[in-house]
Amino acid sequence: MSTIPTTTTDAAADFGWDLGEDHRLLRDSVREFAENEVLNGAGERDVRGEFPREIIRRLSEMGYLGICVPEQYGGAGLDSLAACLVVEELSRADASVGVIVSVQNSLVIDPILRHGSEAQKQRWLPRMARGELLNCFSLSEPNSGSDAGAMLCRATFKGDHWLIHGTKCWVTTGAEADMILLFARSEDAPRRNASAFVIEKSTPGITVGKHEEKMGIRASSTTELIFDNVKVPADALLGERGRGLSIALSAISGGRLGIAAQAIGIAQMALDKAAKYALARKQFGKPIAEFQAIQWKIADMATRLAASRALTYKGAWHKDRGEFKGLRRVGAMAKVFAGETARFCANEAVQVLGGMGYCREEGVERLYRDAKITEIYEGTSEMNRLAIAETLSADPGPLTDV
Amino acid sequence: MNFALPDELIAFRDLARDFAAREIAPHARKWDAEKWISEDAVRRAGEVGLLGVTAPEGFGGAGQGMLAMTVVVEEIARHCGAFALLIAAHSGLCSGHIKLAGSDEQKRKYLPRLARGELIGSWCLSEPHCGTDAAALTTRAEKSGRGWVLNGQKMWVTNGRRAGVYVVMAKTKPEAGPRTISAFIVEREAKGLEVGEPEDKMGMRGSDTTPLALENVQVGEDALCGALHDGYVDALRVLDRGRVTIGALSVGLARGCLEEAVKYAAERRSFGVPLHAHQAIQMKLADMDTQVEAARLLVRQAAYGFDAGRPDKQAASIAKLFASEMASRVGWDSIQIHGGAGYTKDVCVERLVRDNKLCEIGEGSSEVQRMLIARAEFAKRAAS
Repeated sequence: MSTIPTTTTDAAADFGWDLGEDHRLLRDSVREFAENEVLNGAGERDVRGEFPREIIRRLSEMGYLGICVPEQYGGAGLDSLAACLVVEELSRADASVGVIVSVQNSLVIDPILRHGSEAQKQRWLPRMARGELLNCFSLSEPNSGSDAGAMLCRATFKGDHWLIHGTKCWVTTGAEADMILLFARSEDAPRRNASAFVIEKSTPGITVGKHEEKMGIRASSTTELIFDNVKVPADALLGERGRGLSIALSAISGGRLGIAAQAIGIAQMALDKAAKYALARKQFGKPIAEFQAIQWKIADMATRLAASRALTYKGAWHKDRGEFKGLRRVGAMAKVFAGETARFCANEAVQVLGGMGYCREEGVERLYRDAKITEIYEGTSEMNRLAIAETLSADPGPLTDV
Repeated sequence: MNFALPDELIAFRDLARDFAAREIAPHARKWDAEKWISEDAVRRAGEVGLLGVTAPEGFGGAGQGMLAMTVVVEEIARHCGAFALLIAAHSGLCSGHIKLAGSDEQKRKYLPRLARGELIGSWCLSEPHCGTDAAALTTRAEKSGRGWVLNGQKMWVTNGRRAGVYVVMAKTKPEAGPRTISAFIVEREAKGLEVGEPEDKMGMRGSDTTPLALENVQVGEDALCGALHDGYVDALRVLDRGRVTIGALSVGLARGCLEEAVKYAAERRSFGVPLHAHQAIQMKLADMDTQVEAARLLVRQAAYGFDAGRPDKQAASIAKLFASEMASRVGWDSIQIHGGAGYTKDVCVERLVRDNKLCEIGEGSSEVQRMLIARAEFAKRAAS
């Protein structure tokens, strides 16, 4: 049962950035949940590296694990902007919760919606949307990160099934996930020949390997997945054989919006913490908010945050209109800019809080550590800049408009 | 949410883009060198409707809002910051103030001629000893039998030399506090009004910036624009909108710098490949494009807020601050990509960069914007 307020995308809406009433209600209700249920304990989960199991269960009850799944498959049927708002508000309280929700929705459900057969959609989407099945996305390998085409994990077709063999790494939610969207090399050609598979993690031969001990987003798990001649049925293949890499790249293209939203959530909390502290903290006989040196930090944080939101929401708008060229360009911009804004804001927040910022108690140093990942995963800032530059040489101008 | 411009604004954009390419780009370097945009070009801009975009339809304008203003100013600034500044001061500040505060009679008298470009408008707030701290101005308007007598010195008057009409801010009751300021419409012919020598500026050189001396300038009762002693509030409202326009101006300048860099990086070869095949150049271009896109979104977002009747002063400050500082970064990067060529006047980029520096200073410096943005952030939280 979904308790998400419904939203509609109105393509004929007046020009403007205003969140409609529906999106505002959604944002407010997620914010309330995040402040009451997610923020408490975020610090402890971070220290212990503890997966937020109960929170994910609550989120699944509310329908946030299938935000963009159409109602016919049991989801909330909302748009990409709604997904961004949910991830943003959750990440403001705990970036680990944000990424788990983003991966579930953007990296796994979205490709199944886009490339899955009707049977695959009916089989998997309702249970994913209800949160009965938690998802992970498995592309990276020890020797292939940004260069995904160089993967070695092998899928061999055996007439009525596939045999999968290899080692994957950097799998978010790898330990807890029930389902894997896996990419493996399926042809003999040297590169760009991967296929995508939707696989149950309980399939014999799959083991969870090393758990990474990370700098940040410590409450989300990041693991190796080891595939030892795993036999998967022929109908696990998602989309066309040999076309898996483009499925992966288009998933990441949309996933960038989720990570940009995560970064915005982190940056917003950094600004909130810094501004609140500056109003309360007194030095030289007045609140430090009255010193221009502090005001400048707050102004720069707010400015970059506004720019990050504008880029991210526009990226979501492109996605909802099916404009993939716009999504590739603006989505990459959103992720680069929002990621760097998160790191900037977290750093400035630590500085404003001084010694208190450097200690765990206020949760600001956690923001600083969490922020860094947004510049690395789902396309590093460097890869995203290359993608933007590529669109520029393809279309040199006038560089304006949507 | 909808980020697509309405068809009507796309028509304005295309009109401005076409005009800028035909009538501005070929002459902009000359205007910069000669410190003067030709009257012919200004007259033609008026003829095609680019000087009355935001003037009301009933008064000879196109009746458009701030969003249209940002679209037009971006296109003009793409080739020449000075021309865009002329429009910003003329349409945004002078006509804008009369539209906002003027009586019907004043609107009838001035707006149609301003909209057609038969009359160029100017707006005078700053003085030799007060810029950012506008309330400290000392120009005085005193009641006389038939109207008002103005005395004082104005500075940084954009369009000072070519203007036919000036909106002048003056103190009308200084004994009651610094903010008792009123606005007066003063015509060029007024006795005692003297336009000084134009400043020799770093950029925006085609736009004339002059001092203005007012010595016992007698104006009628009907010159008072807006409520008596209330001019300061009106001036701030005009400036809020003006900030968005300056943001759009920076977006246009930065877009020019970016487009030139993209073109050059494709043509110019080094080590056997085009410049844009080097990651060092790709990283720069990507950052430039990202910043221009973000700035345009912030500018249009702020503009739309005014049009929708939900003016957001913080959004206007954010748009101006981000756009103007972004355009300087993008400009320097464009010069760097051009190498030696970018350091010469054969490429327009160095001019656009010089033009942009004004945008970090005029209509509220970056420092003032930061102060206002921080103040708004603190106010949100102090209340809760």
